[in-house]
Amino acid sequence: MHPAWSIIFFTTLSGLGFGFSTWVVFGFIEIRNIFQLIITAGFTFCLIGSGLLSSTLHLGHPERAWRALSQWRSSWLSREGILSVLVLTALTYWFLYTFRYGELPLLINITLMTMILFTVYATAMIYASLKTVTCWNQFLTPVCYLMFAISGGMLAITWLMSIFGQLITSSTFQILLILILLTWAFKIKWWWNLDHSQSESNLATATGLGKFGKVRSLMPPHTSENYLQKEMGFVVARKHAIKLRVISLTLGGIIPFATILIGTSSSLLLGIILFIHLAGVFVERWLFFAEAKHIVSLYYGDKTSV
Amino acid sequence: MTSLPDPSAIKLGLVIDLDICVGCQACVVNCKEWNTSGYGAPLSDENPYSSNPNGAWLNRVHAYEEFNSEKVKTVHFPKSCLHCEDAPCVTVCPTGASYKRAEDGIVLVNEDWCIGCGLCAWSCPYGAREMDPVENVMKKCTLCVDRIYNDNIPEEDRVPACVRTCPTSARHFGDLGDPNSKVSKLVAERGGYDLLPEQQTKPVNKYLPPQSSCESNEDQFSLLEMAESNSPKGFWEWMDNTLERLG
Repeated sequence: MHPAWSIIFFTTLSGLGFGFSTWVVFGFIEIRNIFQLIITAGFTFCLIGSGLLSSTLHLGHPERAWRALSQWRSSWLSREGILSVLVLTALTYWFLYTFRYGELPLLINITLMTMILFTVYATAMIYASLKTVTCWNQFLTPVCYLMFAISGGMLAITWLMSIFGQLITSSTFQILLILILLTWAFKIKWWWNLDHSQSESNLATATGLGKFGKVRSLMPPHTSENYLQKEMGFVVARKHAIKLRVISLTLGGIIPFATILIGTSSSLLLGIILFIHLAGVFVERWLFFAEAKHIVSLYYGDKTSV
Repeated sequence: MTSLPDPSAIKLGLVIDLDICVGCQACVVNCKEWNTSGYGAPLSDENPYSSNPNGAWLNRVHAYEEFNSEKVKTVHFPKSCLHCEDAPCVTVCPTGASYKRAEDGIVLVNEDWCIGCGLCAWSCPYGAREMDPVENVMKKCTLCVDRIYNDNIPEEDRVPACVRTCPTSARHFGDLGDPNSKVSKLVAERGGYDLLPEQQTKPVNKYLPPQSSCESNEDQFSLLEMAESNSPKGFWEWMDNTLERLG
């Protein structure tokens, strides 16, 4: 699949923002003054907002984007849009209320956290629900999206706590280490599934031909590249997939894990790790699209398994 | 709403005969010609006279080869929207622009609502949808909805443009929901089949398999014999008879 920058930005940044806000609502960070409120809320809304904004850049008609809020009954994209708007509104109230009056009842916080995580789940389900892209159409796709959001969000909140000079307990770091470990364990399993799954579709089932042997593409139906090939026939990444996976794992997993394991609470170092982690997730998300093969490529004579 | 309607009694669709199609591309051209001036925005053509033209088409004809170690058979393979009963392109649409008609099962795009997100094209296993590069809305086969119900054109023209134009009658249009219709009978007689049945989209359009005429007998086929076996006509018949009589 064609890895559109707008979608990669959208899923990584909004994912991080949603994960971060989950931990904020959980009560990890203590907002003591208006300055800290602005930073925390600003960080949340910048991440989620820039992600959502960049996703509308991907549209052919961004001015009609509001229409996407109508089909929640059947469309995960629509559900994701509605949930994002709801979460952004709820978070605005949450920040203002808790700053003015103090803590909200636990039930409200749990509801809000569930809503936030369900938004990330909805984002992942846009892709995971597509039967046409075999490697996306698996249970681990939303699991990976959720784990990246939660572990990245935890790293971000640890960084902000250190900036605010709040005490970061060793158990916080332990949770962070476990989350990073789990995230990449799931992701590596996802990659393993991608490499080892065999689609039941091939050119013979796509054309219904091949009664007395094999089928091969003889002539393309057009002389120059068409929309389908541009959108779904991306092949550059597959050549370097293993190298890019290693780069992604190193930046997003190994470096943050090792640095935290050694033990650091310096805000500068945590900021650098957060940035490196984000770069790793960015590569991971790029590969998520670039490595994915669409079933339609069979019609265009893709000989490898879909 | 982009939830799918209950399956309609009438299922309009195409039956494509792979045994007859010669890959002349006339259906492709007539489809573009009709649909660029019919339903929705025109089908764009970017740099049509350059070495890299670009545009939206609703119907494409591939060519494949069936082969084994001994023989090869060329099959021309037209492909357009199959108007699936369980159309994934309808349910993924976030705006309600992509919909399936409850009355006849035609899958259409309301171009005034389409935001051009492209998700429907991703969800389609057949590559039946193409984004218009100029209008930035999704284009697809309408089954010529503006022809088949059109009282202003002669009755024989009230079929999809691709069907009307096909010089070999490789494309048939009709109600596949009616087991007694001409198209349903064709499917039953010739063993019409679904493309990618494992995707569970339940396509309405069916394909008729090419006959396995490649199963040729071992004897060499001689064109000379064929010519000589025919009895001559006219002057040659007279000469043939006269020379025979001469003994």
